[in-house]
Amino acid sequence: MMYLKDRVTDPVAMRDAYCDTLIYLAEEHPGIVAIEVDVAASMGTTRFAKKFPDRSVNCGIQEANAVGVAAGLALEGYTPFFHAFGIFATRRCFDQIFLSAGYQKAPIKIVGGDAGVTATANGGTHMPFEDVALMRAIPDMTIVDPADSQAVRALLPQLAYDCGNAYLRCSRKNMPMIYAPGATFKLGKANVLREGTDVTLIAAGCEVNEALTAAEMLEAEGISARVVDMFTIKPLDEECVIESVQKTGAIVTAENHNAIGGLGEAVCNVVARRCPAPVEIIGVHESFGEVGTIDDLLKRFHLTAADICDAAKRAIARKTGA
Amino acid sequence: MTHEFDSVRRLAADIRIWTIRQMEAFGAGHIGGASSIADTLAVLYGGVMRVDPKNPAWEDRDYLVMSKGHCGPALYAALALRGFFPMEWLSTLNKIGTRLPSHCDRLRTPGIDASTGSLGQGTSLATGMAFGRRMRGSDGMVYCIVGDGELQEGQVWEAVQFAATHKLDNLVFLIDQNGAQLDGYVADICEAFDVQKKFEAFGFRAVEVNGHDVEAIAPILTDIRDGKAPKGKPHAIILKTKKGTGCLYAERKFPNHHLTVSKADAEESIAEIERRYSEGLMPGGEQP
Repeated sequence: MMYLKDRVTDPVAMRDAYCDTLIYLAEEHPGIVAIEVDVAASMGTTRFAKKFPDRSVNCGIQEANAVGVAAGLALEGYTPFFHAFGIFATRRCFDQIFLSAGYQKAPIKIVGGDAGVTATANGGTHMPFEDVALMRAIPDMTIVDPADSQAVRALLPQLAYDCGNAYLRCSRKNMPMIYAPGATFKLGKANVLREGTDVTLIAAGCEVNEALTAAEMLEAEGISARVVDMFTIKPLDEECVIESVQKTGAIVTAENHNAIGGLGEAVCNVVARRCPAPVEIIGVHESFGEVGTIDDLLKRFHLTAADICDAAKRAIARKTGA
Repeated sequence: MTHEFDSVRRLAADIRIWTIRQMEAFGAGHIGGASSIADTLAVLYGGVMRVDPKNPAWEDRDYLVMSKGHCGPALYAALALRGFFPMEWLSTLNKIGTRLPSHCDRLRTPGIDASTGSLGQGTSLATGMAFGRRMRGSDGMVYCIVGDGELQEGQVWEAVQFAATHKLDNLVFLIDQNGAQLDGYVADICEAFDVQKKFEAFGFRAVEVNGHDVEAIAPILTDIRDGKAPKGKPHAIILKTKKGTGCLYAERKFPNHHLTVSKADAEESIAEIERRYSEGLMPGGEQP
């Protein structure tokens, strides 16, 4: 799988990749509708509303009702995309997502911006470290945490047509480009970005960049790290986890999310059941968010490439017989 | 009392009888709110609603969202009596593997249009359905039954503002104002204040009616259905009811949100329903 050695900032913000793709989908399929909750300007979806005024509805500041309206539209045969900052799109209206959408299988597509530390200056009130944990607990919910804009473009059509209720979390900002042009993404199938023999770094979202950097740092120290972009957190690519254990014997997971209920625990579930091996979890441990730049916050919550390197060494040291 | 509504009054009596029989078979149930909404269900399923029991998924049918989802058994009785599914199912309420769970589930029960039970959520679902119907050019109506205790949920007023903003006149909220909730009287717990004025202030057309008088309820709903009611606003029909009305064992107790029921209670209550019906009395036993 091709990834970029020089992961420069993408000229296309992730929110613009989202809106561009949504417009593309809507041009093809009349059932695509957008549900707004007074953050269209922030989410970058105003262009959709201008292009499809009859297929975009701004509910105002009422996330609970917006989810119910979206579910009602889904029951009428539409494919609603409901987008807001991650905290408003998931935590604020969890019971509505669980029952009105999940329980009665009224498929809606939820997009949460400002994933984890990418909420930056909006701070702890607006920093979702628990959105994945909440969504994972809903039966049949598909969850993706794409690493860059190209992944967003590739995954959205699959979320629209190939699954039921779905949640996509991403930054709204211009993030590092991870993938070379032409990279492919299949929902539920992880991308192995780099092969290795000593440890596997399984990451999602903005932590994929940190994991790649960590692999480069480890290589300089003579440690060979496999890197996996586990952009589909649910359903998890269990075979890729097993293959990683078989090839490297130790795992580090890295997520821009609470260590409780996210990618790390999902991977541990597979490892414990099917292929016991040392796992270290890079994630946010018992902390609320706070203000700062992305770089500041990655350091504050121990989510950096250096943190991943340290965890990799701990995991390797714990291998049986090591 | 005119004979025009004999069949609707009979249906209301049967809905109450079969609601009691379901709960008797299980041993308990949400009898209070199921009883107070029985007459409105009889009007809806006794002629107002455009539905086809042989084709429950008919896409241009009228929808009913039972937002106060715990009153499912009253709706199951109406659906079974209309032929949506066999009457035998009514003896399975809440038993493992049943098609009839205590709270409405659209994936289990033919004729149930939305899954509900977490109060307030049905109002948004109904609103989204009404919005979608208008988008796709369907002329079907969306009816949504809401409890007056349920009005305490903030989500209801989110949905109401949305519906009024979008002038969803294909949407009818039926507010079962029975005055009581699980723990006691609505007025004591969290006052609803003037429900009609509240809905009017939120941009609805709102009317009050005796919710146990099928002759009064029916013309309001047929006028809306037939386009004779004022257009451009969603409708709130405030049903003045009393929790437990028409079910003797519930009428005798308060609070009566959820009660156990013995065979003797059930038989006595069913006999009383038949007596009131045959003597031409109102469901609560009053003279018309």
